[in-house]
Amino acid sequence: MTAPPAVEAVDLSKHFGEHRAVDGVSFVVPTGTVLGLLGPNGAGKTTLVRMLTTLSVPTAGTGRVAGFDVREQPDLVRRSIGLTGQAATVDEILTGRENLRLIGSLYGLSRAHVRRAGDELLERFDLADAADRPVKGYSGGMRRRLDLAVSLLAVPPILFLDEPTTGLDPQSRSGLWDVLRDLVAEGTTLVLTTQYLEEADHLADEIVVVDRGRVIAAGTPTQLKDRAGRASVVVTLTHAADLDAAAALMRDHSPEVHVEPGSRRLTAQAGGLRDMTRIAAVFDDSGIELDDLGLARPSLDDVFLHLTGHRAEPGTAPGTDPESAPATEGAAP
Amino acid sequence: MTVTQTPPRAPVRPEIRPPSLLRASSAIVWRNLVHIRRMPEMLLDVTVQSVMFVLLFAYVFGGAIAVAGASYKEFLLPGIMVQTMVFASAVVAMGLTSDLQKGIVDRFRSLPVPRSSVLVGRSISSLIHSSIGVAVMAVTGLLIGWRVRNGVVDGVLAFALLLLFGFAMIWLGIWVGSLMRTVEAVQGFMFTVMFPLTFVANTFAPPESMPAWLRTIAEWNPVSALTQACRELWGNGLPAPADAAWPLQHPVLVSVGWSLLLTAVFAPLAVAAFRRRSRD
Repeated sequence: MTAPPAVEAVDLSKHFGEHRAVDGVSFVVPTGTVLGLLGPNGAGKTTLVRMLTTLSVPTAGTGRVAGFDVREQPDLVRRSIGLTGQAATVDEILTGRENLRLIGSLYGLSRAHVRRAGDELLERFDLADAADRPVKGYSGGMRRRLDLAVSLLAVPPILFLDEPTTGLDPQSRSGLWDVLRDLVAEGTTLVLTTQYLEEADHLADEIVVVDRGRVIAAGTPTQLKDRAGRASVVVTLTHAADLDAAAALMRDHSPEVHVEPGSRRLTAQAGGLRDMTRIAAVFDDSGIELDDLGLARPSLDDVFLHLTGHRAEPGTAPGTDPESAPATEGAAP
Repeated sequence: MTVTQTPPRAPVRPEIRPPSLLRASSAIVWRNLVHIRRMPEMLLDVTVQSVMFVLLFAYVFGGAIAVAGASYKEFLLPGIMVQTMVFASAVVAMGLTSDLQKGIVDRFRSLPVPRSSVLVGRSISSLIHSSIGVAVMAVTGLLIGWRVRNGVVDGVLAFALLLLFGFAMIWLGIWVGSLMRTVEAVQGFMFTVMFPLTFVANTFAPPESMPAWLRTIAEWNPVSALTQACRELWGNGLPAPADAAWPLQHPVLVSVGWSLLLTAVFAPLAVAAFRRRSRD
């Protein structure tokens, strides 16, 4: 008998009156993998997580976590999961250690385990020095780490994280990513929601893009990027006067060349690195001077735009400034 | 996509023994008591404020209010203790709304705990909160001349009546706390309801001096029966006048009845509202 997938949603729906917060969402998360639920604010990500963690009863459809039905066997589901909610739901008045003790008691863990595992977690998440201070004085990053530590007390095989890095500075965010990668390496299954395309790209094995309660795309980060169009070679000329000559040259090597009016930049559709080196060699021979030449792959931001026709919360995603040019790989020749 | 130098060992899962209602509730009570210990100002409402009320009424208004059969201070103390117990509903409502708002209730509910432990834990800590207030007032009262005159049994019985009524009020609090979205809304609503409820009664002045229609309302107010019961059990004044409404003629019995009736009405409403609130 094969083990059931860690998480499974079949046609999961949640309607609030007329409003369909989640409308027939299905996906499967194999054990030990990371699923990224990607979507803008109000897409239904949190409602999905609430249904799968037994906090909200589905209007229709089925959710199974660790092989247990979220509606029929909520207690068994609760024993298999950890949940880190959108706002860090640690108690502000209690100290870090007291928070661990409280949740430990509520998990029904032995005092000895809570003390030992709690100390280990505080150490691991760099909270040992602050352990006996009330959480009120913690930074946003520290709260998130404590929240995660609390969720990990019972070593849950499946962890749900609802926007784990929203509101964190870049350094805390990458610190948290490291922690999550370690957990996955240890065999934990992660389901995380995020508005940050970059985050899903970094962490997830599989991404489900949600918009207005429905799945609009699913696949690996690479598959999703492929759907938004292929890679392209971006060339920046030293002299604007060479623009026409350069365009003619590139048309011999690429089916589609785009010239940005009023700039020194040309974009040509390309299959990959091989095309880029070929075009680089051609320019080398031609004597046209270049400032930069590189390969650009569509970002998940482009994917989202392509799929939904609107940007994913412009300006809120760190490191993905929608105004800036696509990041280029490769160097100038 | 995960790069690790050394294959990490898979952590061993500890045994999870879902806690009993008692263990889960006591963990939550412990948490709420830590809150009180760390923020003693949370108790201001039942300590400093109550003492202030006692002193203001006893010394500012007291001289102007004539009471038959006892000093005004003795008349006042039972009334003000009842008021504190009524406000237990506001205490529990604000605490519950705050926990709901901050997502703490969700966190508890994502754990393998008995569903009712969130409410039981919250109720017990609120009763403790209000009882601290009653204790503070008893001490204040003793200092300014209030006495328990009818022996230990009756004395304890009166405190038990107060707790029972507080229990009923807690269900009202859970109901309101589950319906309202913010602590500020709860506070506004509760104070608007609680002040008339505790003032249009025999708590601070004898109803005989009120206009007839108001007197009728005051005398049928559950708060009055409980206050009258405490006064009679502690020996702080005369029985209600012969022309007083029926509840005041049988205050102990009526207090028990009101407590049970209010619980029977508000407990199902509260549980339903809490369930609805925590389902979506």
